[in-house]
Amino acid sequence: MSPPTLVSGPHAHSMSTVSRAMLLVSLALTPATALGCYLFGWPAIFLFAITIGTAVGAEALCLRLARRPPARFLLDGSAVLSGWLVALSLPPWAPWWIGVLGGAIAMVVGKHVFGGLGQNLFNPAMVARIMLLISFPVQMTAYVAPAPLGAPGAPGFLDGLAITFGLGGGATGGFDAVSSASVLGHLSTELGRGASLEAIRASGAGLVELSLGTVAGSLGETSAALLLLGGLLLLVFGVINWRIPVSVLGTTAALATLFHAIDPSRYPDAAFHLVSGALMLCAFFIATDYVTSPVAPLGELIYGAGIGALVYIIRTWGAFPEGVGFAVLLMNACTPLIDHLIRPRIFGRSRRGKPLTLPAAGDSP
Amino acid sequence: MKRLSLGALRGRARVHAVRGGVHPKDNKALSAECPIEPIPLSGLLRVPLQQHIGAEAEPVVAKGDRVAKGQVLAIGRRAVSAAVHAPTSGRVIAIGRFVAPHPSGLPVATITLRPDGEDRWADLPSPLDPNTATPDALAERVAASGIVGMGGATFPSAVKLDLRNRFPLDTLVINAAECEPYLTCDDRLLRERAAAVADGILCMARALTVDKVIVAIESNKPQAAAAMRKAVANLPLDARVIVVPTRYPMGSEKHLVQALTGRETPARALTAEIGLVVHNPATAYAVHRAVRHGEPLISRILTVSGRAVARPANIEVPIGTPIADILAHCGGTLGEPARLLLGGPMMGLPVPSTRAPVVKGTNGILALSAAECRRDEAMPCIRCGTCVTVCPSGLTPLELNARIRNEELDGAVRIGLLDCISCGSCSYVCPSNIPLIQSFNYAKGKLAAQQRVKHQQEETKRLAQQREVRLERIAAAKMEALKRRKAEMAAKKAKAKAQEGAKAAAPLETAS
Repeated sequence: MSPPTLVSGPHAHSMSTVSRAMLLVSLALTPATALGCYLFGWPAIFLFAITIGTAVGAEALCLRLARRPPARFLLDGSAVLSGWLVALSLPPWAPWWIGVLGGAIAMVVGKHVFGGLGQNLFNPAMVARIMLLISFPVQMTAYVAPAPLGAPGAPGFLDGLAITFGLGGGATGGFDAVSSASVLGHLSTELGRGASLEAIRASGAGLVELSLGTVAGSLGETSAALLLLGGLLLLVFGVINWRIPVSVLGTTAALATLFHAIDPSRYPDAAFHLVSGALMLCAFFIATDYVTSPVAPLGELIYGAGIGALVYIIRTWGAFPEGVGFAVLLMNACTPLIDHLIRPRIFGRSRRGKPLTLPAAGDSP
Repeated sequence: MKRLSLGALRGRARVHAVRGGVHPKDNKALSAECPIEPIPLSGLLRVPLQQHIGAEAEPVVAKGDRVAKGQVLAIGRRAVSAAVHAPTSGRVIAIGRFVAPHPSGLPVATITLRPDGEDRWADLPSPLDPNTATPDALAERVAASGIVGMGGATFPSAVKLDLRNRFPLDTLVINAAECEPYLTCDDRLLRERAAAVADGILCMARALTVDKVIVAIESNKPQAAAAMRKAVANLPLDARVIVVPTRYPMGSEKHLVQALTGRETPARALTAEIGLVVHNPATAYAVHRAVRHGEPLISRILTVSGRAVARPANIEVPIGTPIADILAHCGGTLGEPARLLLGGPMMGLPVPSTRAPVVKGTNGILALSAAECRRDEAMPCIRCGTCVTVCPSGLTPLELNARIRNEELDGAVRIGLLDCISCGSCSYVCPSNIPLIQSFNYAKGKLAAQQRVKHQQEETKRLAQQREVRLERIAAAKMEALKRRKAEMAAKKAKAKAQEGAKAAAPLETAS
């Protein structure tokens, strides 16, 4: 027992821990991840394992260099989760070194350069994704059509090793892959060619396929429905609150609806935007990252709306077909400012911090 | 103007929304069914002279004096202070500093009484009738009885009753929320002595000259609420019981007022400034004893609980009883308790020593096992924002903490450090186990110390300047005096000369 005069209240604790939150997020990610691993087969599973393994290894190394107790910090699960999110945002058949670079960039550049847990300005997984996308645009946009585990024509265990580690030569290790553009990539290319929206949509995947996730795309972003399910789990367990997901999805949907109404032949409707790309993953799992999002309720709404608007703007008018990564990083950069400008109103004070004025006599209810 | 609604008719009223708060495990079942019991008199009673907010009481007895039960031992001479009375009859065997439950942890001036076992009452003042006595007489009686806020804040009650002279009041709120986990003493008091508490409420309402009374009880005490409903129904007042949600810190005075009325007390102001005065039910009971029976505050009901105490209980304890004796009465502790507290687990203070006595504000003694107060090592803040969500005062605890860690105390004050009520909700929920309240208390303490030093410097400067002015004045006066003397001397000389001249002239005249 420490000297009694040195202990300070409260003498009770809710027993909530960082590891509990991280564990629940991982749990909520499991359905979408499992589907991704099933749809894209062994290469996806290898890439997933490599990315997480590298992230944990890089975190351990950084903790060692920083002389922090590695066990305590590794056990909080934040490295696993960051690696996990990086893996979900990679093309599923990407080579092993993309996974290694992704995991390492996320931990070293995204997190520990800033001072480790809780200190990073930007979302580590998105830092890794964007750095990879800019540095290796070919590998980072090489999407394949789903080839479920065990299906005819799908790579087996050894084929998977060959694809991930590039053993057979060539981008896909000599395996005959059915390459396919992601939905948003396809849309962007075709619109650029002057095709009409109806024709593009008719040739591509429908809303049901997009929600289920049986389309080409990054490892874990394709199934909007399973990501939504995971997100609802997080809401139910109180790991996140509704403000960021609702403002992200709501803003994108509102802008999509507005422009769709202006010119339906050029701008897809809100439903298409919501179920395609990484928007659902972003709204529930990436934008809600504790460290890099604002803490005040109003600030969360502004931050979420900013991401939603940027996603729509980049998708519609930007050079990249998908804008989630950039949108998150740009709003991450605004977080300190939002936190500085927007604080909750203090009890008994006005928004400007002045004490409330006393009500006039006879004003009682 | 009174508004009637169906809710009011049923005795239920809408409760207004209050921000934040947490739901700690209330652990009240440990002692909620234990009736209030007496405790055998201790061999020695230690009665501290500082059991309240304000100035220390000044002793009016001397070592060796024989005193009767209820006799005044010390009186409060300042505006904010409270008298202290003998909890039983006996002999004063010492007056000196002794360990006491005080936030500072420092010893407090204490009168030590050796009971003679006769428990002989002193001559008590005659009972008052609250319906005929003047408000001033009632408030005076409360002051003379040494009654302080018994919810733990220990503000002298008479001073609060006198608020009617400063602000237009309309409502008396009885704060029986008892939102701290484990504590059940108010619950038991309301269940077992509802009529006496209701009479105390009448006395206080008459002293405040208000007609409207709200008794607020958290929803986890339905029996207490039922008992109070019945008791206040007979009062000649517009009194009702409102059940408030069970949520910590519902018992925070300003937040309770907001929940009950929707009115928000401005920062740094008193609830009285918006027309409400809040008192604890144990205080109401003490007022009842003082007004109707003339008895001063010499005992209180407290809860002994926690999983490290053999027999949880609610006990009526004479003020000054050593904590060790109370624990022994409850069968002792089960092994070494991980933490021994005075008050609840959220805002309670560690027991400085089991030799320390129970004081007027002690509402609980908790012996917590290691599992009950487990707290892991602090980790870095992950900015999850839960502390912001739960803060009932609308603060940003993580940022306050960051600023305080950088010794940026003025910055912390700018974002509301002094609006923190130290309820501990932020520390309670923090997943990184950051000791936020410790940090805020450190900052508040340091600011107070800086203020004191600043005040001292200013006072020194003021005195020095005054001295300079005084010295200058004295010097000027001296100069003046010297000049006057010179002038007088000169005048005298001139006169003397003139006389001499006259004398010299006279012989001439006589000679001629």
